[in-house]
Amino acid sequence: MSTRRLFLKSSALGMFGVGTAPAWLSRALYAADGPGARKKILVAIFQRGAVDGLNVVVPFGEKQYYSLRPNLAIPKPDRTENSAIDLDGFFGLHPALAPLKPIYDSGHMAIVHAVGSPDPTRSHFDAQDYMESGTPGRKATSDGWLNRALPIQKDASPVRAVSLGTVLPRAMRGQNEAVAIANLNDFQIRDTRGAGTFESMYESSLDQVLNGAGRETFEAVKLMQSIQKQPYAPRNGVQYPNSSLGQDLMQIARLIKSNVGLEVAFAEMRGWDTHVNEVGARPTVGQLSNLLGQFGNALAAFYQDLGDRTADVCVITMSEFGRTARENGSRGTDHGHANVMFAFGGGIRGGKVYGPWPGLEQEQLYEQRDLQLTTDFRDVLGELVVRHLGNAQVASVFPGYEQPKFRGIVG
Amino acid sequence: MKKLSIVLRLAALAGLAAYSNTDYSQFEKPLSKDQEILHALNRLTFGPRPGNVEVVRKMGVKKWIDQQLHPERIVENPELGARLQPLESLQMSAAEIATNYPPRVVIQAMSKGLMPLPQDADARQKVELQLQRLKTRQNANGQGKGRDPLQQAMRQQVLATTDPVERRKLVADKAPQQAVAYDLNEAKLYRAIYSNRQLEEQMADFWFNHFNVYIDKGADRILTSTYERDAIRPHVFGKFRDLLEATAESPAMLFYLDNWQSVSSELGQRELGQRELGQRDIDQKAKLRAKAKQARGLNENYARELMELHTLGVDGGYTQHDIIEVARCFTGWTINQPNRRGEFVYNDRVHDKGEKTVLGVKIPAGGGREDAERVLDILARHPSTAHFISTKLAKKFVADDPPPALIERMAKTFHDTDGDIRAVMSTMLDSREFFSEGAFQAKVKTPLELIVSAVRASDAQVDFAIPLATQIAQLGEPLYRKIEPTGYSSANSEWVNSAALLARMNFALTLTDNRVPGSKVDAIKFADNPAAVARQVLFHEASPQTLDSIKKALAQREPTPALVAGLVLGSPDFQRR
Repeated sequence: MSTRRLFLKSSALGMFGVGTAPAWLSRALYAADGPGARKKILVAIFQRGAVDGLNVVVPFGEKQYYSLRPNLAIPKPDRTENSAIDLDGFFGLHPALAPLKPIYDSGHMAIVHAVGSPDPTRSHFDAQDYMESGTPGRKATSDGWLNRALPIQKDASPVRAVSLGTVLPRAMRGQNEAVAIANLNDFQIRDTRGAGTFESMYESSLDQVLNGAGRETFEAVKLMQSIQKQPYAPRNGVQYPNSSLGQDLMQIARLIKSNVGLEVAFAEMRGWDTHVNEVGARPTVGQLSNLLGQFGNALAAFYQDLGDRTADVCVITMSEFGRTARENGSRGTDHGHANVMFAFGGGIRGGKVYGPWPGLEQEQLYEQRDLQLTTDFRDVLGELVVRHLGNAQVASVFPGYEQPKFRGIVG
Repeated sequence: MKKLSIVLRLAALAGLAAYSNTDYSQFEKPLSKDQEILHALNRLTFGPRPGNVEVVRKMGVKKWIDQQLHPERIVENPELGARLQPLESLQMSAAEIATNYPPRVVIQAMSKGLMPLPQDADARQKVELQLQRLKTRQNANGQGKGRDPLQQAMRQQVLATTDPVERRKLVADKAPQQAVAYDLNEAKLYRAIYSNRQLEEQMADFWFNHFNVYIDKGADRILTSTYERDAIRPHVFGKFRDLLEATAESPAMLFYLDNWQSVSSELGQRELGQRELGQRDIDQKAKLRAKAKQARGLNENYARELMELHTLGVDGGYTQHDIIEVARCFTGWTINQPNRRGEFVYNDRVHDKGEKTVLGVKIPAGGGREDAERVLDILARHPSTAHFISTKLAKKFVADDPPPALIERMAKTFHDTDGDIRAVMSTMLDSREFFSEGAFQAKVKTPLELIVSAVRASDAQVDFAIPLATQIAQLGEPLYRKIEPTGYSSANSEWVNSAALLARMNFALTLTDNRVPGSKVDAIKFADNPAAVARQVLFHEASPQTLDSIKKALAQREPTPALVAGLVLGSPDFQRR
């Protein structure tokens, strides 16, 4: 492990002449050696389309769950793959999430249930927007919480904030430099005839704005080259699934292990809007089961691949809102309210389902149809920002929400 | 060096490095005649084409600008008409689009039997095809939905080599909704690339962006085409009040900012009372009432954005109370069947009949639709609006931090002419500040401007514009897909970042190497030495730094003119306008 780090360090520094390596680079690389000096990293994963939290972390101890969902309910744990995986005698994991169970058992995965945005909207567009801006109900916020979460720092690494995909998501936008990368291997001038020329042009340009941005671009490109040269081998033969989330997480792991100064990363998975045929012949198979299979396998591979680096990393998952407590007429569910979030990493106090459970009796439902909210998503994200990233300015990360109530999931 | 660049970037974020704060002296320094011509072309068009400079020089800058301000006097390019003609959804009503290109929710509703199949045999057949597809997709259980750039590239390659009419059929059969979005994207790009009425196209882009809607939000999939055609384009040089009204009553905006669901809160209460008839538990009732209030009642979204983003500006002097009052005035402005007919309708039954006070003006009780008309009058004629709109135009066309004196003169014109947009533009384009060193090359091109200006400068022939739209999206400006009501920023800081710069350079080389499907550059047109090629696409001399870099790199090899052109299009010199 440490020889690998040393190798990457020298090869990355070798890209620059002696004495010319930018401050952030030497700091990022050398800091990796000092005990506890490695940067904390927050990886946010957005499940776009509103995942059905009640079938992801199943309240099998709740009688109402089974009467609301005659066709959809995941059976109580019976140690077969056609039933929920018992977590604490009341909640169980969807069986497709079996790969995550060992992380839960090791105490490094926490679940928060009945969590979400207090805004009543059931529009995907508005709800995603609110969750990414971190300001429910306010449409004019121009930047995202994940960008604001970055501690202010001079000489920061050009790749301290990376999102996987071609467009910078809302959550990552803002004043801090944030890079959208579709594919690490592709972050370069593709036509080799042009690479050196462009670099020379931007480096010598008298255009101050483009000169500055150009320099940073080519610094980031060089950094990527040091990574690109090494074919990536996940730890101990970990196999990432060939799904888009699996591939994105593999690239994030690659960045983390290259010690290039990553602090926040963003990836997403689409397709959770299960109005129709959420389940197949049995409740434990079908559309949702397949999606959760991809989701769980990708996350489990990522976690295993990180090895001892999980000490620095926290992964948090979110989705814009939950789905109706009652199943609909087409073996699916419609747009609802509160949902479930997963947090895992070395610093997470896991092995537990957090958040007061509001119940599923008719009078306990939000607007008589959805899971009631008992934890604001900013309580969870705020805690990660403060206690994991070490950014105490939570009021500027979540403006208008000065007093988040931490659940104690980090520590 | 590193420190310097950080300082500069901070300065750039704050405004424009060289002209921040109170020093506007650069806006007093005049340009040379040649610079004036180039500047006018760079700002009022999507970038000069070969031959444009000569035309403007011959006609005179003033006369050319006057012509651009009156697009009806300009003969349109036949190349444009030929390309727009097959894009049939552009000519349809929202209802026709809904029938011919049904959105997914409609197909899903039909599959559940909640909606009847269409009467028209042709439309019925299309829907049945979609029902089949929906089933296939469901059986496939959502597998294999990952990004696949290779597959996308191959698909674009195939489509680019297909005849336009046939191509549309292929797209529409596979995903009808996508055909509508394709038509919009293609039309926007063909107009930007080929239209002779360039300033009109710049203005259409400016106003659509100012009154932004998001095509992927529900019914806006079928409402955006008519929005651009009927609400925005007819008014780009007209009276601001007319433009404001057209957007306010457009189904696209009513849907996007939720006003169509906004009803008098009193009505929400009454409905709740009826619903709960027979309930005994008082506590329970009170709890439910609080929740149902959120479900149906006043929606403030449009009222807030109308003042913050469309008219007064965030510091324009309105309060939260004004927002509520404006929202009350707009209750009843709604849509008849958003997903099927998409027609504006005023519903008096849900209108709040009480008295309102908007920005100090009393609107008497008992009114109807005219309450909101009154609001639009107040907002359109408010001094904050004149100032806000003038500032935004000056930021787009002059510089990120335009001189306050210029804005004041524009705002005065706005006020004196009752919001005549053409007159405000004239004031700006007649000003010494517009033709000044402070404005010259002060703006970084947006992704749309960068891509289109590269196509125009290299005289590329474009017969399929979607691959260009894909590139623009990759540079960070997906067309018709800005989620936030703010629209895209025209500020330099928005567009200068690592990933975007790399993408710009890569695009430039791809374009001149003829690797963008659907676009063809004729390399024979390029001169045989770097300085001359640079002059061809920049329409002025390249900077010594850019030229030196090209010469150095090509010293060992035989430089191909196409490669040189690509390098110049990716250079710092070409990123500004």
